[in-house]
Amino acid sequence: MDHLEQLENRSIHILREAYANFRQLCMLWSIGKDSTVMLWLARKAFFGHVPFPLVHIDTSFKIPEMIAYRDKLAAEWHLNLMYGQNEVALAEHRTYPDGAVDRLTCCGLLKTEALRRTLSGEGPRYRFNHATRTYERDRNTEPFTGVIVGARADEEGSRSKERYFSPRTTQSEWEVQDQPPEFWNQYKTEFAPGTHVRIHPLLDWTELNIWEYIGREQIPTVSLYYNHGDGTRYRSLGCGPCTQKVHSEARDVSEIIVELRTGKFSHIAERSGRAQDKEDGGGLESLRRDGYM
Amino acid sequence: MTKLATEERMSIVIVGHVDHGKSTIIGRLLADSHSLPDGKLEQVKELCARTAKPFEYAFLLDALRDERAQGITIDSARVFFRTARREYIVIDAPGHIEFLKNMITGASRAEAALLVIDAQEGVQENSRRHGYMLAMLGIKQCVVLINKMDLVGFDQAEYEKLVKSLTAFLAQVNITPACFIPVSGRDGDNLADASTRMPWYHGPTVLQALDTFEPEAPPVGLPFRLRVQDVYKFTGQGDDRRIVAGTIDSGQISVGDRLVFLPSGKRSSVKSIEAFNRPTQTEASAGWATGVTLTEQIYVARGELAVRESDPLPQVTTRLRVSLFWLGQRPLEMRKEYALKMGAARIPMRLESVDRVIDASTLAARPNATRVERHDVADCVLKIGKAVAFDLASDLPVTSRFVIVDEYDIRGGGIVREALPDQQGWVREKVLVRNSKWERGSIPLERRAERFNQRATLLLFTGPTETERKALAKELEGRLFAQGKVVYFLGIGSVLYGVDADIGRQRENRLEHMRRLAEVANIMLDAGMILIVTAAELTTEDLEVIRAAVEPERIETIWVGDRMTTDLECNLYVSDGEGRAEALERIETRLKDLGVVYRPW
Ligand SMILES: Nc1nc2c(ncn2[C@@H]2O[C@H](COP(=O)(O)OP(=O)(O)O)[C@@H](O)[C@H]2O)c(=O)[nH]1
Repeated sequence: MDHLEQLENRSIHILREAYANFRQLCMLWSIGKDSTVMLWLARKAFFGHVPFPLVHIDTSFKIPEMIAYRDKLAAEWHLNLMYGQNEVALAEHRTYPDGAVDRLTCCGLLKTEALRRTLSGEGPRYRFNHATRTYERDRNTEPFTGVIVGARADEEGSRSKERYFSPRTTQSEWEVQDQPPEFWNQYKTEFAPGTHVRIHPLLDWTELNIWEYIGREQIPTVSLYYNHGDGTRYRSLGCGPCTQKVHSEARDVSEIIVELRTGKFSHIAERSGRAQDKEDGGGLESLRRDGYM
Repeated sequence: MTKLATEERMSIVIVGHVDHGKSTIIGRLLADSHSLPDGKLEQVKELCARTAKPFEYAFLLDALRDERAQGITIDSARVFFRTARREYIVIDAPGHIEFLKNMITGASRAEAALLVIDAQEGVQENSRRHGYMLAMLGIKQCVVLINKMDLVGFDQAEYEKLVKSLTAFLAQVNITPACFIPVSGRDGDNLADASTRMPWYHGPTVLQALDTFEPEAPPVGLPFRLRVQDVYKFTGQGDDRRIVAGTIDSGQISVGDRLVFLPSGKRSSVKSIEAFNRPTQTEASAGWATGVTLTEQIYVARGELAVRESDPLPQVTTRLRVSLFWLGQRPLEMRKEYALKMGAARIPMRLESVDRVIDASTLAARPNATRVERHDVADCVLKIGKAVAFDLASDLPVTSRFVIVDEYDIRGGGIVREALPDQQGWVREKVLVRNSKWERGSIPLERRAERFNQRATLLLFTGPTETERKALAKELEGRLFAQGKVVYFLGIGSVLYGVDADIGRQRENRLEHMRRLAEVANIMLDAGMILIVTAAELTTEDLEVIRAAVEPERIETIWVGDRMTTDLECNLYVSDGEGRAEALERIETRLKDLGVVYRPW
């Protein structure tokens, strides 16, 4: 068994535990490479099916190609896809850079707040209708109690403190200092009313592992990750206004793998193209405590 | 700068008493293996200078702001560094006593451990505790670092004295270290580079020692064990496979192998090995999260252990002699209900007795203990609410492991040393034979369930002798029948004079009566029926016999009457004063919640 197979098997085991233990379970799908690998792992775990809804938080500032790719895969893979959105903040233009708020506030409103309300069912959920290929307001407003998230430990400092199954309080907060123990493939699968559990099947994967796996399994990805001739590409995908490209010649998966293997980015944080991190004092810590992905 | 040349990774954990230098060593290893991001070291040094604090390598690890304020690393933070051979993931396990659960979390993910001991202070409370837990967690590869050699003048005699006493202590907890290394974490001696200040030492540096460790290979050569995580039947896109899914703990299987599922004792053969986006395979082995379809459709549930008929069988019982460690704020006590999780099984559990508590700080046994305090290690007997299949730690460690849940969290864990006899062993033996001889008809249980629109279930109505138990049960029968359910009422008296005609009605035959009742129930459940049985004053012992012969998931107990005349705990209680209609309503709601009777959509 090689290292990718080892990672794959552990992730599948975690996904199956999540499915067996959480009746109100969903998976966050950001359309990025990590959560798409996670979605692929779900298809592996459940033999081609994805037996829970995928939740996308649509900030409305995502790069259009991402949304097109999302809807294409939803149809092809028969996904139960829904998105949530902070419609109030968008209507009031409390956004960056067009509104009167800074980046962190914008993230707080369009992502953290939108996510919290979508998960709890207070905010609207729009579900993909496979017959009409449009989104319809979902009638189900039950809160999700198990939320599968594609966080990786090596991505950014605070994520290395996560458990595979991490409890969140009723306010969606993360109590870093007081996490339950986790050993022998036994996870926190029980939770007090009102709280929920974040599940992290990709915790042990690195950026390189993700690309190696995408290459091996031939998982379709957004073309934004590749250089189309101008010597730049996205390394991490977010909202258009706050995500910068990196200088890179890599035109396809195998070239990205070579690039990572030779250590091109080993000294540059993966999310360095994501402007909100910098404003958060160099870490996502405070955003994450509040329930950010 | 080292390149990402290798693909091999190994997780290691660093344990030891607080302030013996774990964080310093990790920080130094990162710096000396050139694994730090550019400018990080300078940045931390600068920060220290700005805040007028002496620089510590430990600060490098304090990725979180509030940790820096506390001055101790508080969680199993993982740190990555590389050597010529591979990439390492260091799981930092803080030494503060409050944070033992983090150390265990970290250590259970590790393939090798570094135990750090202060050369001046020697073995301290947490050195012992951590040593004990490493052994129980099952970490076999271990290196002991004698740190702060600078404080003892790099003296060889001091070092050897310590090694000698440590070897004795580690033998006590069953750890044989690969080697001992004298180091100075602060100055980097013998970490990445060989020390020039200890010419008497000829052994490996820490990095060299780590590089000699081999990744633990999945135990393919051992008996086959797969703990059933779920049985999937996804009908989307015309899929009609029924897949038993789980991760193989040990051994391997091939298409055609005969399997036994325990504790139920059901048997079937592997028809196919299923996977998504992989070439068709006919074999699967330890470490793989796999799935199989079976030739005969049997009812298998999450929590069962699948084994190969030709392999040594596991243990099945409800009483376990175990070694465990306890992490809960509140002690592990008798007369309180907990949940035991073993693989995918989750079972109610009580502490039956405490054989001995080992004070981790001295490793001396504390006599006459009746409970297990936080951070204690103990040998105990556990009694669980239904039988589970497992192995002994001396045979197959992985399938001997369990955790204990109190309220919502894991509070302790341990390994099974011995399977103790319980009172239902004789029933289980009969059931095992019965299941192996059982001749299946051509209609799988789930097709009956679909046809009848119900899940076969045994409803046990019990309570004090004088209540309206039978009337209530018969009325429920009538109502379910009117809804089109396939339902049958059976008073225990009807069994006593027929099926039980050959045995007397004396007390000593009571459990045999229960067993026969359960066997009758088992047949009717296999026929897809909802069976309503009434029997006065059932005890826990009676129910345990019934549960040994009928799948416990299919039994619902209802106590009718205010007076509690036995020790039985039921799923539902009907009081004398409650109106009949109300009681029936409640029972039916519960049946719907449980999916016994399907809710109309
Ligand atoms: N003299 C000396 N001090 C050390 C050495 N290693 C660590 N220390 C000091 O011991 C203290 C505790 O170290 P730390 O790494 O925080 O210990 P931990 O609690 O085990 O993580 C710190 O003040 C370190 O500077 C060493 O090799 N020599």
